[in-house]
Amino acid sequence: MESLLAPLGGVLLVAGATFLLLGGLGLVRMPDIFNRIQAGAKATTLGTLLSLAGIACLQPAWAAKLLLIGLFILFTNPLSSHVLARAAHRGGAEKSPLTAVDRLAEDQRGDQA
Amino acid sequence: MTKAVSLFAVFALLLLFWVLLNGSLATDVLLVGAIAALIIAVLFRRQLAVVTEFRGTPQAFLATARYLVYLLKELVKSNLRLAGIVLSPALPLNPGIVKTRTRLNSRMGRLLLANSITLTPGTLSVELDGEWLYIHWVTVESSDIDAATASIVAGFEQHLEVMYG
Repeated sequence: MESLLAPLGGVLLVAGATFLLLGGLGLVRMPDIFNRIQAGAKATTLGTLLSLAGIACLQPAWAAKLLLIGLFILFTNPLSSHVLARAAHRGGAEKSPLTAVDRLAEDQRGDQA
Repeated sequence: MTKAVSLFAVFALLLLFWVLLNGSLATDVLLVGAIAALIIAVLFRRQLAVVTEFRGTPQAFLATARYLVYLLKELVKSNLRLAGIVLSPALPLNPGIVKTRTRLNSRMGRLLLANSITLTPGTLSVELDGEWLYIHWVTVESSDIDAATASIVAGFEQHLEVMYG
């Protein structure tokens, strides 16, 4: 069992680190704040969960605590991303010229008119 | 859920967290945890909507399991798609903010729905306004309310509807 857990933990850690790296790359490459948040929110959630799972394989005694940390991350990470996006939109953050449609801005103009 | 059941559910959940955090089942640890959990449960039993708004039926527990499996599957899919976009030299984006509508009425159901949408492929909840959800979509397939609802919201809604209504 021991001999199986260590390589599995290593693989999970590398996979987690890869997703975090891709998230970082997304932050650099994406054109505006909303797309950047998209890259950040998803990559950090899965990347961190995989890293935690990897640590749990290497240190089985910590598994319960790591599970709790993972649960909190699964709850709070999308929430903070949502709040950032909402604040950005309310603050009138610049949108990429690629943006096809913005129903929220349309509706807000409609309310004022 | 009835008052007594929700009080007990909050208590049990808090005690479970305490035991997981301590990683020990010693008598003194359990006793301190039980006292603290009881006090918090009595004081805050109405505020913990995760528990109090949960339906508590067997179907709801089954839906919770299905929801978690679906969420993790979508999270992996979403990361693979994101990786595809970020790694492609052309950066194939067609971003936009679309409007969708939810059938869920409970606060907890809507919170979980908005959270789940943020973790699914290419979508990010930007604003919630009653039954309307404004969602940023990396690759907009349709700006029509019904079509966007069907492709973004419906998958999670069917599980959350059973769990929280």
